[in-house]
Amino acid sequence: MSLYQLQKFLFDINRDPTVQERHRADLPRLLDRYELADEERRALEAGDIGLIYVLGANGQLLMHYAAFLGLSWPAYIQAMREGVARHGPVRAGVYAMTTRVNEKVAGV
Amino acid sequence: MSLVFAGVCSHAPGITGRASMADAAVREPFYAAYRRLHEQLRAARPDALVVIAAEHFANFFMNNMPSFAIGMADRYSGPIEDPAWLGIPRTSIPGNAALSQALIAEVMQTVDIAFAEEWKCDHGIMVPLSFLTPGYDLPIVPVNINCQGPPLTPLHRAWAFGEALRRAADQVPQRLAVIGTGGISHWPATPDSGKINEAWDRQLLDRWVRNDKAALLSYSDPDTYRDAGQGGFEIRTFISVAAAARGRGHLQHYAPIPIFAVGCTIATMDVAA
Repeated sequence: MSLYQLQKFLFDINRDPTVQERHRADLPRLLDRYELADEERRALEAGDIGLIYVLGANGQLLMHYAAFLGLSWPAYIQAMREGVARHGPVRAGVYAMTTRVNEKVAGV
Repeated sequence: MSLVFAGVCSHAPGITGRASMADAAVREPFYAAYRRLHEQLRAARPDALVVIAAEHFANFFMNNMPSFAIGMADRYSGPIEDPAWLGIPRTSIPGNAALSQALIAEVMQTVDIAFAEEWKCDHGIMVPLSFLTPGYDLPIVPVNINCQGPPLTPLHRAWAFGEALRRAADQVPQRLAVIGTGGISHWPATPDSGKINEAWDRQLLDRWVRNDKAALLSYSDPDTYRDAGQGGFEIRTFISVAAAARGRGHLQHYAPIPIFAVGCTIATMDVAA
């Protein structure tokens, strides 16, 4: 598990417009710069917010990446729920889900 | 001079970014409380505003994570987030590098901190400033306490930092205001977003209003995570303000607003000798 590298990617892209440009131009090449586990790389290549969440990415990093990928707030919240439903509980970090998959806490 | 004003307020990005999704009946009284805090701050005639925030990887990451950091520049920028997402236009915020340097030098006498001549403000600072200095015309001194990347800053060190900041404030000629931003219980950026433990919040606020140091420092991180979520780690900013102000607090507004993901809080604290 190279969660640090996964989170480093999120940190870089959230704060650096040139990394965002590289993402749009050639995502696989951008990902080559990070020492990612296969599952992490697949999650990023697929834009699978739910799996990235389950892998343990800090929500304060993932939240902005989801917005960068064009997810609305309700879609982002739902993607995390579906990630847990599909892949099981969050595996690391301090952003675990404690509510039920079908529970819409704030109505979204 | 010294501290002329102290307070705490919520900084959740939904407060501005998801304003249109909130019920106006709960949103507007909170906004009104924020505007009253703005008026109280202005009435104190501060020369600068120290913003003790809990940032979210705008400047600091796990490659080199300080327990405490203070900005030391004449200009800052923000928000780092997409302005449309946050509902706050990107802007430049005045700082005062000389003032920062004086404060940092004194704080360092008792608390080891990092300083930064570059600083990008995220919602932890921008949401409060959008209400408290909407014209961005008051110089700020941004402060960060690590509430994000465990191991987190111990609570008793947040108290020691507040004491050091007060000692430093007492030694500079400027009139300083201090605002802590964050918390209280919340589960931001998770599917739990909107969950709020009002009983826990009210107990924390009661302890803060009484400036009960022992009670404020009695929380453990595992207990906070269980009862107040990862957002609860941001009580460190409230603790530092209590240590700096030394007085009694006054809760001006508290209301859980789930779509804002937090119990929306506005409070001031008397600055005691």
